[in-house]
Amino acid sequence: MYSFNYERPSGINDAAGAVGEDDKFLAGGQSYLPTLKLRLAQVDKLVDLGGISDLKGISVSGGEISIGAMTTHGTVATSSDVRSSIPALADMAAHIGDAQVRNRGTIGGSIANNDPAADYPSALVALNATVHTNKRSITADDFFVDLFETALEDGELITKVTFPVPQKAAYAKFPNPASRFALVGVFVAQTTSGARVAVTGAGPCVFRQSDMEAALSGNFSGAAVKGIQTVADKLNADIHASADYRAHLISVMAARAVDAAS
Amino acid sequence: MTSVSMTVNGKSVNADVEPNTLLVQFIRENLRLTGTHVGCDTSQCGACTVHVNGDSVKSCTMLAVQADGSDVTTIEGLASGDDLHPMQTAFRENHGLQCGFCTPGMIMSAVDLVKRNPNPTEETIRKELEGNICRCTGYHNIVKSVKDASEKMGG
Repeated sequence: MYSFNYERPSGINDAAGAVGEDDKFLAGGQSYLPTLKLRLAQVDKLVDLGGISDLKGISVSGGEISIGAMTTHGTVATSSDVRSSIPALADMAAHIGDAQVRNRGTIGGSIANNDPAADYPSALVALNATVHTNKRSITADDFFVDLFETALEDGELITKVTFPVPQKAAYAKFPNPASRFALVGVFVAQTTSGARVAVTGAGPCVFRQSDMEAALSGNFSGAAVKGIQTVADKLNADIHASADYRAHLISVMAARAVDAAS
Repeated sequence: MTSVSMTVNGKSVNADVEPNTLLVQFIRENLRLTGTHVGCDTSQCGACTVHVNGDSVKSCTMLAVQADGSDVTTIEGLASGDDLHPMQTAFRENHGLQCGFCTPGMIMSAVDLVKRNPNPTEETIRKELEGNICRCTGYHNIVKSVKDASEKMGG
């Protein structure tokens, strides 16, 4: 790692004030520290969010779950509030990385990074979540912009994510057997405003599969989406899978998720 | 340099470190506790697993400064004097190691695993140990050791 300065403020405003143009916020560090170690990034200062208790914790009220940005995947996976309101979200968190990564990695860090193969972006989009920052609220549909790109401005800090409780939901992932990142992951949700299908791992950024959403709105069953193809043109192709293979997996994973939804 | 203070294996330690010092470097090089191993140094193999405030973490993917104020346990802190931790005993009795390089990390992960899953099935053990790699592929006896220890630990 290149050298950098370090600061650990205890308040949200202090953190926002401490981060300059060439500085970065540090959440759980499970993606960013390896990036720094490989010298793929260089910072003047890391502003560690680990000391801000206001950014941690889970609460439920008015048909909505609120998860603080610095809440770890392990905490979400085992939270009785999440398990009872949106079990699909807890299950998804329980399958991110491995146990040690889940003990450090956070929801805020994951979505700010917007890795194309991360699990959380699909959950936020399918569940129609809202990302709250120190400046504004952003719908998940608007938050994830492109490959490793979000709507966050420089120095903008995610404080929490709120998820409306769906009628039912599920996540089905075909993990890369080595990294456990999603080769393809499909999060489906039935909500009061219709079915939502969000796909991660397959393209440069999470996206909604609108043909599947339309099919599910009349008939929420795996059979309704099994035969719906996704155009492979803009999907990822790498040593792990071709674009055609990923396109095929979207239909398979979507059908599995719909059939498992609860 | 940034000053850090933490409790490691029950003893309080203070030091001035560069902010880019990894927790595993701090443990091995400053504290000379070399039971915690560096295998891949890319957050995959789990040989560097320690407990920070009771949770298993990969100490190659955490900065020493992030552990400021924390309670850290390494493999050296598991036994009480000459009495091995039940997980260590189980690994010895079930031949849960071959070359031994991954063993400290395996044991630290396994202790956390049993804390979270007091009576784990073989499937749970295998899933929970996904973050630890044994290049000898000695998983069969590692899983057997964890199962044995979980029963003796009162699961």
